[in-house]
Amino acid sequence: MATSLSKPDRTLDQRGLLCPLPVINVNKAIQEISSGQVLEVLATDPGSKPDFDAWSKSRGHRIISVVEEQGPPKVYRFLIQRSK
Amino acid sequence: MVLAAEQVQEAAKQGFKKKLVIVVSKGTIDMLYPAFVLATTAPAMGMEVDLYFTFWGLKVLTKKGVKSVKIGSVGNPGLPLPNLMGILPGMTAMATNMMKKRIEKYWPSVPNMIKMVKESGGRIHACSPTMGFMGVEEKDLIPEVDGIVGASTFLRWASDPETVTLFI
Repeated sequence: MATSLSKPDRTLDQRGLLCPLPVINVNKAIQEISSGQVLEVLATDPGSKPDFDAWSKSRGHRIISVVEEQGPPKVYRFLIQRSK
Repeated sequence: MVLAAEQVQEAAKQGFKKKLVIVVSKGTIDMLYPAFVLATTAPAMGMEVDLYFTFWGLKVLTKKGVKSVKIGSVGNPGLPLPNLMGILPGMTAMATNMMKKRIEKYWPSVPNMIKMVKESGGRIHACSPTMGFMGVEEKDLIPEVDGIVGASTFLRWASDPETVTLFI
């Protein structure tokens, strides 16, 4: 079972990219891991949090945790678990 | 990667709209990118996409026009230059180069955005009357165009209660 301490199965670095590229790339990457596995995403787009939240709700994937690392630039570190 | 039918159904099950239709009526950078950003994101959100290119938007679907997208410098208050300067010769070219350089640092070019829409299963349509009065023939269109349609087809798509329709 995944917890907030889950080790990611894959990491996707989206730092420096702007909307909509991080969401498009994450949507591709999550289809390349198996359901239940965890994708770690690093992003600097200032809209990352609400955008990933909206995307995960539409697609049914679960955001396990978001950590903001103070910058500059501020980095958002997401752990996202693929549903089915 | 084409959207699987079950993914579209999943979005609909939640009671959210599952299709996006955009009328792309302008052919300048500042009007095209908002349309392409939404059109490339929608499949990632589980939505189907149909783009309807009309008037100046249609020019972008021609083999010649797709390579020469510009930004208008006249009557464009968002540009970082005094508004009246926009009418000076060379200003459109200058503003275009400046914006293109900035934008393409972060986003794919317009031709690549069109490819992205297609790769994610989106469909691209040319407006039939615009082709008529602009003298654009089928052979002038880029191969990414899925079809040539008119107002009735558009209204049929837009009348679908599961569709979000935008005019840009």
